[in-house]
Formats: sequence, structure tokens, C-alpha cells
Amino acid sequence: MTKAIGLEVSLAIAEAVKQANVDVVAAYPITPQTHIVEELSVYVANGELDAEYIPVESEHSALSAAVGSSAAGARTYTATAAQGLAFMHEILFITSGLRLPVVMTVANRAMSAPISIWNDHGDIMAERDIGWIQIFAENGQEAYELTIAAFKIAEDRKVLLPICVNVDGFILTHMIEPVTFIDQKKIDDFLPPYSPALTLDPDKPATFGPVGVPEVYIESRKQCEQALLNSKAVVQQVLEDWGKSCGGKYKLVEKNGNDKAKILFITMGSLGETTMTAVKELEESGESAGQVRIRLWRPFPREEFLEAIADADELIVIDRALSPGAHNGPVAQEIKALLFNESKRPKVHNVIAGLGGRDVTVKDFQKMYAMAKADELGPNYLIWGVRSDA
Amino acid sequence: MSELAICAWQKLELGTVITQPGNAAQLRTGDWKTLRPETDTEKCIKCGMCSIYCPEFCISENEEGYYPADLFYCKGCGICANECPKQAISMVMD
Ligand code: SF4
Ligand code: SF4
Repeated sequence: MTKAIGLEVSLAIAEAVKQANVDVVAAYPITPQTHIVEELSVYVANGELDAEYIPVESEHSALSAAVGSSAAGARTYTATAAQGLAFMHEILFITSGLRLPVVMTVANRAMSAPISIWNDHGDIMAERDIGWIQIFAENGQEAYELTIAAFKIAEDRKVLLPICVNVDGFILTHMIEPVTFIDQKKIDDFLPPYSPALTLDPDKPATFGPVGVPEVYIESRKQCEQALLNSKAVVQQVLEDWGKSCGGKYKLVEKNGNDKAKILFITMGSLGETTMTAVKELEESGESAGQVRIRLWRPFPREEFLEAIADADELIVIDRALSPGAHNGPVAQEIKALLFNESKRPKVHNVIAGLGGRDVTVKDFQKMYAMAKADELGPNYLIWGVRSDA
Repeated sequence: MSELAICAWQKLELGTVITQPGNAAQLRTGDWKTLRPETDTEKCIKCGMCSIYCPEFCISENEEGYYPADLFYCKGCGICANECPKQAISMVMD
């Protein structure tokens, strides 16, 4: 391993894609993803990366081109955010339905209206059910490493599904962080060239995306769902192998702070770093606070999550998205549904925080903790920091 | 539906891709019909118009020169009966 260098995280992600030796990049620029695909276009233009760069006219076309190139057997990458992800909506389902291992960075950003270029998870939460593997990075190093590991996960013959690596827009993408690059040789050993199971080949004609009449559709969906469920073990294995041969050690669900803490924060993405500081300070002042970070969101790592919260009495689930009209934010809904059949159920508080890029600070977490203890967070959810006359 | 695709999900091709070109020939579109064409050989002049108009291409000449429909594919649309210049085809309940 070489020395850490200070670098904008977007550029580190572009480096990861280059080191993964992709064959095709099809992308349309959208803030805050732009620097990633811009940098990749530079690599292709100056010959540093031997790949086709398809500068399409929209995100819908970006993912459509990615579907085509992946079906032709090419290792394929794209990236997007917010409205761009929404514009990909129908193709997102097609990518997983056709079992194509496209890797995509989602630079998480709030959905319009009003127009916001800033971070929250409203974009990916609207795409929970697309059948992709969905993981969250917490810092720049993770974003870099998980991007490389993502190719290995997606292309595993037991998986063959697309994967999106969620990276908080601006908070991560535009931050200059210390990043330690991994030797190309190690990455080459870790990530062999993509060997597709089925491809578009004139010598062996195949039809990708035929009609699935009622007699077939359910079985087809079941095949994809099962592949996604099975992918959990592969994600775990690939991350373990990655930790041994290349970089950091990653788990599907990670715990921080006192192992027997009674009140746990549940976070996804970069907020975990702020929570970590808050938990440390709470612990130092004698509180029983801890933290659980969900790295793998789809498929949801049920067993790992239940194990991580086994000793807790209360959970403060932080959602970075609203699910208007529902009982809770998306993450809290997921967790409550999971807990319903468990005999021991911790109390679940739900805080919707940081929408549209609003800062969530260490102080905020300490206040949430105090409110949870005093049972002031309410039965369903609380939108943190919303100014109100009442 | 192609009989091959009517299987357990575990046996379904990856991504429901069709790997056998032309397997639409196994599609029993004849399942869809409620009426089937019947030719009155007394009236038929063996002109072959019905086979030209059939959208399923499922009418072909037999050894006697008549034009019966292949009921594995015939959807019962009635176009042949409508186009026959001699009204030799009637649509009967299948
Ligand atoms: S009923 Fe329609 S499908 Fe059947 S033979 Fe006549 S034209 Fe063809
Ligand atoms: S169109 Fe009528 S007359 Fe001509 S071949 Fe067909 S059934 Fe016979």
C-alpha cells in the first residue's frame, strides 16, 4: 500500500473505475456526480484508460447504452444523481431483470422540487425496489475501495446483478480527503477480466429482453429476487477477500462504540462519521450510546443487523429521506418490519435528518440522544430541524 | 407459449434470455381462439386468397389443393373467412 494523498473523492472514484479496467463508460453529467465522469473522459481521451466513452444525451440513454454494452460482454460503468437516477428509472429494472452486472455510482442528492443540488437519500430511496445491490460508502477511502469491489461482486456468476455504490453528494464527492490508492497489480489479481455467462453474439444469437407472458413473468421475477438475496453471501465474501488482499475490512453491518450500549444510532452513508464523534463524546460523559452503520442496504442484511442490535433497548434510526404518507422514513420502515416478528423488540425512534443538504452536527446527535432518553422523539418520526410556527 | 419456458424459476434461462433463435415457432397461438375456420370444399375454388391474408401464415395448400388452417397457430381472427371471394370459410365455435 502506498501513502495516502489528499484528493477530491470524485477523482478517487474515477481512479477506482480506471483501475477496475472498465471497457465502457456511458454517462451524462449531473451535479454532484460530474467530476467523476469528467475525469473518466479525460482518462479515455489521453489514453490512460483503454475504454469506449459514450457521451450520451441523457441519463435514460446512459443506462440504456450501459445495458447494451454489458449485454455485449463489456465491463460497464455509469454514474448519476437525483433527477438523473429518476430519469433512469425504467432502465434500472431492465438492467437487473436482464442480470447485467453494471456498476454505478450514485452521488446521492435531494430530489426536486424545489431544485436542490445538495445531499440526501431521496433519490435512491425512491429506487429501493429496482433489484440492484445497493451499498453505501461512508468516507472517501470507502468510496474508492467499494467501487473496485463492486465489479467483483456484480460479475460473480452467482450474482450477475447490477450494483450501485451510494456516495453522499458534495459531503463526500467534493471533499478533499486522504485516500490511499491500492497497487494496480493487487487489483488485477483481485479482479479478473469479466467473463459473461451470456452475451449478444452474432455467432450464437440470443434475445435479451423478450416478452414475459403471464406464464413466465413470476418465475422471471423470482429468479432475479433470489439472485439478489443470494448476493449477500457474495458481498460478504468479496469484502472479506478484499480486506485480506487489497484494502480495508468492511462488513455488511458495522458497530461502533460500547458493544452493550442501550441506545443505538442507526445510520447509512457519511452521517455515520458525525455520529461516531457524537457517540464517542456521549460515551465519555458516561452515556450508554452506540452506533450501527448499515453498509449493505439491498439485499437488507437481516441476520447481521439483528445481531448488531441484540443488546439494545432503543434505536434512533436516522433517515435521510421522507416517505410521505408512510409511518416512517424508509430505513425505519425496513427495521420496524424486520423487528415485528422478533420476540425481543427494541423501541424504535425515527429521525428524518439532513434533507436537501441541511447540516447535521455532533450536537444534533447529542440532542437526539437526550430526547430519546426523555421519550420526546414521538411515536412515528420527527423531521429534524424543520422551522415551524407552532 | 414456448413449452420450454414453462418451467420452475430455477430452470429459467439467466435474465429470461432466449438462447434458441426461432423458438417462437413453439408458441401455441392456437390456444387463444374461440372460433376456428372451416372450409366448405364444395364452395372453395382453391384460389389461395385465404393463405395470403392470414396474419399467422398458418394456411397452406394440401395435397388435394385445398387450403386448411394449421390450428396449432390459428388465432381464430376470421380474416380468412372475411376475405374468401366465395364465402367458403365459416367460423365455428372451437
Ligand atoms: S382465422 Fe385468422 S389466423 Fe386462423 S386461419 Fe383464418 S386468418 Fe389465419
Ligand atoms: S380463399 Fe376461399 S376459395 Fe380461396 S382457397 Fe381459401 S377457402 Fe378456398
